[in-house]
Amino acid sequence: MTDTRDEIDAEEGAGVVKKFMFVNRKAPYGTIYALESLEVVLISAAFDQDVSLAFLDDGVYQLVKGQDTKAIEVKNFSPTYRALEGYDVEKLYVERESLAARGLTEDDLLVPVQVVSAAEMAELMEAQDVVIGF
Amino acid sequence: MSIEVGGRTLETDEEGYLVNLSDWSEEVANEIAKAENVAMTENHWEVVNFLREYYNEYQIAPAVRVLTKAIGKKLGPEKGNSKYLYELFPYGPAKQACKIAGLPKPTGCV
Amino acid sequence: MLHIVNKSPYEKTSLASCLAHARKGGAVLLIEDAVYAATRGSVAEAALRRAMQDVAVYALGPDLEARGIKGKVMDGVTVVDFGGFVDLVAEHRTNQSWL
Repeated sequence: MTDTRDEIDAEEGAGVVKKFMFVNRKAPYGTIYALESLEVVLISAAFDQDVSLAFLDDGVYQLVKGQDTKAIEVKNFSPTYRALEGYDVEKLYVERESLAARGLTEDDLLVPVQVVSAAEMAELMEAQDVVIGF
Repeated sequence: MSIEVGGRTLETDEEGYLVNLSDWSEEVANEIAKAENVAMTENHWEVVNFLREYYNEYQIAPAVRVLTKAIGKKLGPEKGNSKYLYELFPYGPAKQACKIAGLPKPTGCV
Repeated sequence: MLHIVNKSPYEKTSLASCLAHARKGGAVLLIEDAVYAATRGSVAEAALRRAMQDVAVYALGPDLEARGIKGKVMDGVTVVDFGGFVDLVAEHRTNQSWL
């Protein structure tokens, strides 16, 4: 699919750009949700949609710096969040209340994000065409 | 499935991608390239090495659009375009070069 | 927006988080284990009661019945069947699942 990208480009204009938000509410390694969400985001980025990511509740743990999974023998996918910029996924919203509740600040995160309040997050969600929760 | 390189048997998936990233070596790359009918030149290696560095940094194989853009940034516009990359890897710079680089198929590639 | 919750409020924070993000005029539909939140006299009742000032709250009848709590649904929660579920999705421009 991605290798036929140029053909897709040629047909662009016919495509409708929708606002997609992926809402991440789960910690990274306890369940498969975080990794699945990331893969869906990478795939959807190939379709030139207006993609944004929201991190709230335990989802903020996905972005914590310094993850090292060697000893638990699972893949550390946290570096992949830094690749999102190259995929033109640049809207990452993190909820302030969720960070605060977990003793975290923006400095603990591995990518530049926009920190927003719960009320602002609710507004952002409302403004989407499609909201997909993980 | 598997491939034989230098007397060793390396496990691959059904499409020929290495299962264990750590099995890769330049010798393995040459062997996979041969099976793909790609004669490796310096230009091919440049892309393959770039992919390995990208994977090392981000833990994913990039989609072709992302690869093209990143190559352009690093190696210049005469290399950061589809024409150049498809000439090197006719079956797709992302898919084929990743296979030779010993990486998984790019996410989002069917 | 229609918010859909399917986890018990005593096991996950999904309902609390959903209610913190549901905006005036929106709707919340409780399905599967989330229907326990609609039980009269429960701890979750107060939170739902507060939310009802701004949003409409629905619970899926078949899930209430399956769990033996259909007779214990708090006032103000509208019970819908599967057809009502589909109608709710169709009536709202967007929906979001809180897993």
